[in-house]
Amino acid sequence: MTPKRKKRLSIILGLVFGTALIVGLVMFSLSENINLFYSTSQIAQGEAPVGARIRAGGMVVDGSIKRSTDSLKVQFAITDYEHQVIVEFTGILPDLFREGQGIIAQGKMDAQGIFQADEVLAKHDENYMPPEIAESMKQKQESVK
Amino acid sequence: MNIKMPRWFYQLASPKWFYEFTGALLPWFSAAAIILLLIGTVWGLVFAPADYQQGNSFRIIYIHVPSSILAQSCYMMMAVAGAIGLIWRMKIAHVVAGACAPIGASIAVMSLATGAIWGKPTWGAWWVWDARLTAMLVLLFLYIGVIALNSAFDNKASADKATAVLSLVGLVNIPIIKYSVEWWNTLHQPATFTVTEKPAMPPEMWMPLLVMVLGFYCFFAVVLMSRARIEVLEREKRSDWVKRVIQAY
Repeated sequence: MTPKRKKRLSIILGLVFGTALIVGLVMFSLSENINLFYSTSQIAQGEAPVGARIRAGGMVVDGSIKRSTDSLKVQFAITDYEHQVIVEFTGILPDLFREGQGIIAQGKMDAQGIFQADEVLAKHDENYMPPEIAESMKQKQESVK
Repeated sequence: MNIKMPRWFYQLASPKWFYEFTGALLPWFSAAAIILLLIGTVWGLVFAPADYQQGNSFRIIYIHVPSSILAQSCYMMMAVAGAIGLIWRMKIAHVVAGACAPIGASIAVMSLATGAIWGKPTWGAWWVWDARLTAMLVLLFLYIGVIALNSAFDNKASADKATAVLSLVGLVNIPIIKYSVEWWNTLHQPATFTVTEKPAMPPEMWMPLLVMVLGFYCFFAVVLMSRARIEVLEREKRSDWVKRVIQAY
């Protein structure tokens, strides 16, 4: 490479890494706002703003789902395995909603400490498998228990 | 330290050599793209097993993942070609970079659209402003910005330089897309495929996906070379070899 080309190469590398550094610092300082949801521990420790509309994320606790018999109202608890938050929601839940599933609820904390959600989204993980394998894994887990 | 670039690197810089070389490659890549995309589509949509949670709706992965990967690779190619064009003052590199932008924009639209179609039944929402989805939308806007900037100049040389600088600046978005699911809480799930770990998916599911990814890359090569060849003819229209090529038709 000629000295001229080398100089241009270093200018370009400087440009790319310079922008990366700037954007990296901005992202770092804004990371609280980029997070889509608060974990249940963050809510329990008071990191989430009180009275504001927030999103809460966690796993639906096994056996915590209580459906109302005469309306679409449903109550369940979500957890990050440290703290639990009770969520109340009226409406149709996504197909993937089930016990042990990660969900994100949008809404507000009420005075009783119950999270009043107006939207519930189901999160799915990065694992995919055919139903038969999922079934046999479940049976193995149960035989271990 | 003195870096010596290989011979083919300088050969590629010759428009005539580039035109002939890509002309020889085109039929092979076209055949590979058709075969791979056909096999991958049928395999993924008909023969691959359904997912235990999402059922058949997960099959959109066979379009969503290849288009998302390709939209990012195409951007990286555009930026690297732009850098080569700036450093070596190589016109062909700018031609390739310019050909990348509209292809990448269309594929980014495809990735966002299939993602929305997938999101509605599984998450319960078409769109969420989480870090992964937003960064992907920024990628689409970068492509549109590159196309707009490129056509804003009358002078080809200034247009090439300006768009190369813009695409290099936008390169910072690529690692953000990749790591957004790890750095922040997002609705989008983390990567199923990583270099270090076994895929979180059985082979009968990821093999058709691999075929689709390869098919998408071959398709990209075909479209990219075709666009670049036309642009080369346009830019070199006053040279003798182009006149001969045109007369031969």
